[in-house]
Amino acid sequence: MSDKIFRINMTDLSTSVEEVPAEWAAHGGRGLTSTIVAAEVNPACHPLGPNNKLVFAPGLLSGTPAANSGRISVGAKSPLTGTIKEANAGGTAAQLLARCGCKALIIEGQPQAGKWYGINVNPDGITVQEETELVGKGNFATVEALAKRLDTKHGAISIGPAGEMKMASANISIKDPESKMRSAGRGGLGAVMGSKGVKFISIDPKDGKVAVADLDAFKAANKTFAKALTNHPISQGLGQYGTNVLVNIINESGGLPTKNFTLGQFDGHEKISGEAMYDLIQARGGKPKHGCHPGCVIQCSQVYNDANKEYKTSGFEYESIWAMGADCCVDDLDLIAEADSLMDDLGIDSIETSVAMGVAMEAGVLKFGDGEGICRILREEVAKGTGLGRIIGGGAGMVGRSFGVFRVPVVKNQAIPAYDPRAIKGIGITYATSTMGADHTMGYSIATNILNVGGSLDPMSKDGQVELSRNLQIATAAIDSTGMCLFIAFAALDDDTCLPALIDLINARFGLSLTGDDVTNLGKAILKTEKAFNEKAGFGKEDDRLPEFFSTEKLPPHNVVWDYTGEEIDSFWNF
Amino acid sequence: MQVTVKLFAFFRDNRFKVKDLAFEEGTTVEMIIDSLCIPQAEVGVTMLNGRHCKPETVPEENDVLGIFPVIGGG
Repeated sequence: MSDKIFRINMTDLSTSVEEVPAEWAAHGGRGLTSTIVAAEVNPACHPLGPNNKLVFAPGLLSGTPAANSGRISVGAKSPLTGTIKEANAGGTAAQLLARCGCKALIIEGQPQAGKWYGINVNPDGITVQEETELVGKGNFATVEALAKRLDTKHGAISIGPAGEMKMASANISIKDPESKMRSAGRGGLGAVMGSKGVKFISIDPKDGKVAVADLDAFKAANKTFAKALTNHPISQGLGQYGTNVLVNIINESGGLPTKNFTLGQFDGHEKISGEAMYDLIQARGGKPKHGCHPGCVIQCSQVYNDANKEYKTSGFEYESIWAMGADCCVDDLDLIAEADSLMDDLGIDSIETSVAMGVAMEAGVLKFGDGEGICRILREEVAKGTGLGRIIGGGAGMVGRSFGVFRVPVVKNQAIPAYDPRAIKGIGITYATSTMGADHTMGYSIATNILNVGGSLDPMSKDGQVELSRNLQIATAAIDSTGMCLFIAFAALDDDTCLPALIDLINARFGLSLTGDDVTNLGKAILKTEKAFNEKAGFGKEDDRLPEFFSTEKLPPHNVVWDYTGEEIDSFWNF
Repeated sequence: MQVTVKLFAFFRDNRFKVKDLAFEEGTTVEMIIDSLCIPQAEVGVTMLNGRHCKPETVPEENDVLGIFPVIGGG
């Protein structure tokens, strides 16, 4: 089955299946969403208006048997940052869309206000129907209802009430193999989907398969690739403790943002750590190891049960646990799990929303440590769209502006995640220069600053950090185009067989002969495409800066500040 | 000298989370790891008082030494 571009215009509900333009053919995942957004969206448009477009793209390898290739990229102009945006997630949608022959799904236009629709994608094209029953429902109820209407094997992409209310931190949920949620979390893409009047997208590949040009070469490369992933000790640790294994090491380094970024260590770190979580999961009959998409060999997800041994949440990530935990000073994993589940159901980014709660705590809206209060606000304010709920749902920057707070940890209005840039300078360069606003996944300098992966760099020295972030951001843009989970990067940084095997997989899939240089050039081109969009949207160098307080307030215990000049930061773009 | 040793992830199995231990002056980080029967190859990161340190680093009285296996996430 050859790949096509699937398009739906929500203004008149017209649909089309189009040939792939030559200049898009080599792209997938983030490379494709960013290329399409840059080509078709006026950078000056309002993110929630008819001229923005929401683009879904499986990666280049999604839908094949390649290990860990089930990530889906979602792109648009972001209502949170005003920049171009790509957020990616696991779940089954990438693989199922690829099996429909869908290289990208473009949703454009805007229906009449108050009208909601469900979209179905299948190998023959797109169908669309008005939706009334599921409007206002949470993600879990939506996915459950779709399973009854269709069958359990179909893919589902949905928004919750936060997306329907077009909150700037609303996310897009992707159904995983167990009918739970994986989130294209950052930048408010759920609000863009809400603005298009789309409650859900169901995916039925029927008997569609992804063609592989050279199956023997593909199988051989996949074997080498999967072995590199499973052999890396980090993959093994991720399987046991999940990403939350990071709480203790980041705390030990003094870079765990605590109490709205006023401290670098959290007294309650041990209680919310990966080690404590593993013990609780074991004692309560949960699953420490669990994959977010079929074909994952790392299995960093888990099933977390409550005290009654009943399912509470899965995909319980370090970032969410840090944000509700250390940043809000909540040291109770069960309350954090409750909030995590509420946010999955509401369809709201667990990083943005939790950092927003931390800023609200500083403003006195609730007290630091009040985990019950966080759950109450999610249930009674955010879910119902009250004034306070909409301010929180507008993100950390919105809370800061609404309550007159000085210390607001955002870059390009997107909340800074789980590593303090004063104590871990490499990640600060990524926060400042990322084309997406503050986002650790764009160039994960933590690997080399803290984890000794891909070499080691002193996290508190400025030396080499700009170059490190640049190399990582270029490589990440390329990896994000393949449909691969970013956690392949640990093996790629340390194991010489990993990246060549990945390139062999792409070559075998498409009958190409790409080299390592081609992949690096792809990463560079994607970053430049994204930056050019942002410049036309009004962003300049002065937006590539961290908030003032990082330069003026020393972070204990190492008492360090952010001390880069603008010129030093701007040298990131010298490539 | 007294050194507070903190262990993380599976290094805690059949060992401990945190313990104050006595070592002779001049004991290196590497020697402390050996004394705990932790294979050097499994060690990913060592931190002395919250700063990364090397195997040959010699802790001082009342230092805090964190020993981590190769881990990652994000």
